[in-house]
Parts: sequence; structure tokens; C-alpha cells
Amino acid sequence: MLALMSPWIVGFLVFIAYPLVMSVYLSFTHYDLLNAPRWIGTANYRYMFGADDQIWPAIRNTLWIIVVGVPLQVLFAFGISVMLTRAKHGVGFFRTVFYLPALAPPVAAALGFVYLLNPATGPVNTLLGHLGINGPLWFNDPAWAKPSLVLLSLWGVGNTMVIFLAAVLDVPRHLYESAELDGAGPLQRMRWVTLPSISPVILFAVVLGVIQGLQYFTQAYVAATVAAGQASQAGGTSNLELGYPQGSTLFYPILLYYHGFKYFDMGYAAAMALVLLGVSFAVTLVILVNSRRWVHYGGAVR
Amino acid sequence: MADVRFDQATRVYPGNDAPAVDALDLTIADGEFMVLVGPSGSGKTTALRMLAGLEEVDAGSIFVGERDITDVAPKNRDIAMVFQNYALYPYLTVAANIGFPLKIAGMKKRERERKVQEVAELLDITDQLHKKPGQLSGGQRQRVAMGRAIVREPSVFLMDEPLSNLDAKLRVQMRADIAALQSRLGVTTVYVTHDQSEAMTLGHRVAVLKDAKLQQCDTPRELYARPANTFVAGFIGSPSMNLCTVPVANGCVSFGGMPVSVPAGVAGDSVVLGLRPEALELAAEGLDAEVEVVEELGADAYVFCVAEVNGAPTKLVARSHARQAPHRGSRVKLRPLADEAHLFRPDTGERIDS
Repeated sequence: MLALMSPWIVGFLVFIAYPLVMSVYLSFTHYDLLNAPRWIGTANYRYMFGADDQIWPAIRNTLWIIVVGVPLQVLFAFGISVMLTRAKHGVGFFRTVFYLPALAPPVAAALGFVYLLNPATGPVNTLLGHLGINGPLWFNDPAWAKPSLVLLSLWGVGNTMVIFLAAVLDVPRHLYESAELDGAGPLQRMRWVTLPSISPVILFAVVLGVIQGLQYFTQAYVAATVAAGQASQAGGTSNLELGYPQGSTLFYPILLYYHGFKYFDMGYAAAMALVLLGVSFAVTLVILVNSRRWVHYGGAVR
Repeated sequence: MADVRFDQATRVYPGNDAPAVDALDLTIADGEFMVLVGPSGSGKTTALRMLAGLEEVDAGSIFVGERDITDVAPKNRDIAMVFQNYALYPYLTVAANIGFPLKIAGMKKRERERKVQEVAELLDITDQLHKKPGQLSGGQRQRVAMGRAIVREPSVFLMDEPLSNLDAKLRVQMRADIAALQSRLGVTTVYVTHDQSEAMTLGHRVAVLKDAKLQQCDTPRELYARPANTFVAGFIGSPSMNLCTVPVANGCVSFGGMPVSVPAGVAGDSVVLGLRPEALELAAEGLDAEVEVVEELGADAYVFCVAEVNGAPTKLVARSHARQAPHRGSRVKLRPLADEAHLFRPDTGERIDS
């Protein structure tokens, strides 16, 4: 039995248990990758919540991307899936069109968006210019950088959309018919039949969206770096471009990355990672407990 | 409270040439319990859904009272329906399920709760009100679905095979409950089933459909006594009527040596002779037959035999007293009761009245 399980046990020990334990240990040390870790007690944590003046902006930005981005993603994915279930023609075509962006690698997608939204030469602002609208600076404007990232995430919402589509198609037709006979109009059928029937999928999308929001890194990092004109010398980015422009895209995981792999302060990075893990766990728990009021699992006795 | 009238109502599903319901003419009186019965694909459910507004009417029209509802939205038809699989909202409690139409109609919460309570008492489900449908048995779900339809006090009540998901014993009990409830409420009811015994026990009148066409609509007694064609004759009654084609000679057909007179003016040289099992008795003289199966019903027994009729081996069912029932494999003589014979045209299957 043990022999049969050994590949997984070894995998778990090497890839999950050991890194986790090491992270906990390192978070109480100073470790620069060159010298042996030096035990410094809770100094990393005290610095994080006391002296680090970058961490609160990073937390605020992360909260912003979750609070604004996740509801929009859920709404957008749900809206598209409902439209696709209503469409009479070309369902297959549009389903593919809306799903395709999900296949684009995050880095390529971010690069593409930075190009599309280039304030001076990008097609979007060129088009807006033709319409007489003076387009914003997008990734180069502190007020527009995060909304631009939200646009990017909406464009790539295909995975969630497909799950919503399956859920919406799975709602039994006779429930709609019954509601219709009982006098419910389209909005009431949405409220009383569709939404409760797919509530487990909404919960899934919200939890997943929040966790991804907490870990939001790749797109923000690439977009900020490229928009700052640093593409050619990525890696040589100085502290000034941290969360370009003006720290508006400084998310928690980006700060973590800088501490770990730019400033080589692995101890502090480990402490940040553990706090992130704890927050992710707590937030998910809060959502799940709260969800009992609005999520209905078909027929299941709880 | 209203009567219902189908006037040449036709439904053709897209992509099909043959209509699912073909020029249906049917009038259902105010307060009547009408049962639509027929085999699969006969169009009975489609006809019901047309009345509900869940299916388009491609030609003809449907009236409720004086009002033409052919193009009226389902929610404005004042019609309630009980679905085959109940269509209860699994995420709402029983009380919320029953109260749903009232909530949609914007009724105040207090008033709603009072009505739900009333209906729950009527259906004897008051102690289930706080549960979810998933926690209920099939029979209880059935009652909740009925409750949701009743609570609206609609002018017409539709039921689409509401008992088909229940076990046999519960079905018979619910059948009686539905009949009692309908006569108590006095609401015009249209009930769809494929089970002829359900149709015969429930319906004030029964409409028999086959291949999208109405075959006959009459009281259960008349359907049994005077079936309009061979299909109705075979469909209504259990076991089925014995139907065999026999030659006409001298204004008479001969069956097992017994002459059955054929009305004058019947064209052709043969007719379809229909004899219900109780019109075929075991006697000393008659058609020679071999017993295949004997179905004992206590007081009576149905004797399933094979006999040679008009040169071909034919299966026949006769009823006998249980005490006189023959053994399997034995040979018996079958004698028809000439007064109870039905005659049908061999080409169209239509009834020949004497």
C-alpha cells in the first residue's frame, strides 16, 4: 500500500511539505541566497506591518483589482453565456470567439494589450481619435492602468464563460416553463430560476476570481514593465518603475517578487508569502460560510 | 371558470412535414374533467402545451371562454399546469414553491402565507412546508406541484401525465385524490395520460388521439360501448377487444358457427368483427381454440387462446368465471355473444352502426 502511494507521498513531501516548512522557517530569518539564513525572530513581520511603506499601497491595489475586477468578470462571463444561450444563429462561432482569448498566454495577451492601448500609436486611441474622443493614456496613466488591466482580464474571461454557459444550459427547461405559466417575465425568470440554479457556479467563479486576484502578477508585471519602456532591459528595472506608473500597478505579489528576486531578501519574501497564504485561506473561508445563504445545491440535504 | 375550445388547432414542429397536432377540434365544458389519452407521439402533450402557450399554434385557434388566447403570452392565459416531473424549484422551500405564483403576482406576504396554508391543509402537506423538494417523496412532490397550481385559482388546470413518476399503488391513490379535488374545486381540467385505465377512471369525457388526430371524444362509458373505430376499440379496455377480419356471406358473418348479422348496404366482402373478452364465452359449441395463458383475477379469469380465424391463427381473449377457468394447453370452444359484437369497415377501420 505504502509502496503504491510512494510516488505521491514523495511528490507531496518534496514539492509541497518541504517548501511550506522552509518558507515558515525562512520567514523568521534574514536570507540573501548567498549566506546561510540568519535567525532574526519576528523582525520580518514587524517590519511588514510597521515600517514597510510600500506594503499598504500594494494591499490597496490588490483589493482594488479584486473588488472591481471579480464582479465585472463574473457579470461579463454570465452575460455572454446568457446571450449565447439565447442566440439563434452562429452560437458555435461566437462561443469560439469569446473563448479563444483564454488560450492566449498571459504574457502575450498583456503585450498585445499594451500595444493596442498605446496612448500615441495604439489602434484603440487612433480609432477614438477618429471619433473625436481624446483617448486616455491607459497603461501610462496611474488612474487608467488598473482599469486597463481589468479590460485585459475581461477579454480573457473565456474559461469562466464556458463554465457559466454549461451551467445556464443545464437549468431544466420545465422550470422556465413553469415560471412562465406562473406569470414570471424574463427578468423574474432570471432572478428566480437561472440565478439560484447556477449559484454554485457563481460561487466557484467568485472564489477562483478572488484567489487569482490575490495572486495577480504576470499581466500587471509585464504591462507595467513594457509600458514603462523597459522591455529591452527587463531585469535592470530600478526601484523607480516599481508598479509603473506611480505605483498604481504595485500589487502584493509584485512587491513580494521584488523583495525575493530583486532585493534578494528571501526571508522577507517568505514572510509576505505566508501572510498571503493566510489571507487567501481566510477570505475563501469567509466567502464559503457566507455562501450558505445564497448558494443552492440541487436537492442535496446539507 | 371557463370552457376551452380548440378550433382546427394545428401544430407542426419546425423541420417536420407531418403535424404533431392536426386540426384538433375539441370543446371542453366549464368545470369538466377532460382526459387526453393516446399512445406516444399521438400529440396529446403537444395539444396540452398549445393550450398552455408553451407551443405555438401554427393554424387554427384556441379559446378560453369567449377569449381567443391563440397568441396570448402563457402568463396572461390564467392557466396553471402540473408538469410530469413536477418542475418544483429545488432551491425553494415547499411553502415558497406553492407561494411562487402569488409572489410573482405581487401579493402581500401575509395574504400569501394564509393562502399557502389553506392549500397545504387541503392537500395535507402542512408539516412539509418548511422542507425543500429534495427531501420529499414522489407523492409529496406531486402534491406540492398540485398546490402550486391550485393556489392561483386559475380558470383552467392542466396536468401532463402527473402520476407517471409514481409507483403503482400510490398512483391509484393519487388518482382518487385528484378526482376528488377536481370535483371539489370545479375547475375546468385537461389531463394528459397514456394510461387508458387512468383516462377511464378520471375523465368526465375522454378524447382519444392517435397520429396527431382526434379519434373520438366521449364519456368513458360511450367510448367503451361504441368505439368509433378499430383503434379506439383496441386502445380502450383491458384486455383489448378481440379484432379479426372475417368474410361476409349472405348479410352475415360467421364466427365459431354463430352468425352475426351485418347491416344491409355494407360494401365489400369482409368486415372487422370486434368482441370484448366478456363478449366471448366458453361454451360447449363454438370456435375451437387452444389455451395459452390463463390470467386469474380472483372472481374472473381471462383466458388467452389461439384459434384459427379465416384461415389464420389468431390470438383471442375470453373472460370466464374463475371456477370454470380451463388449464393452459387445454382445448376450449369460444362462443361470441352476438348482441355485443362490434363491426368495423376493414379498409378505414370505421365503426359500422347497425
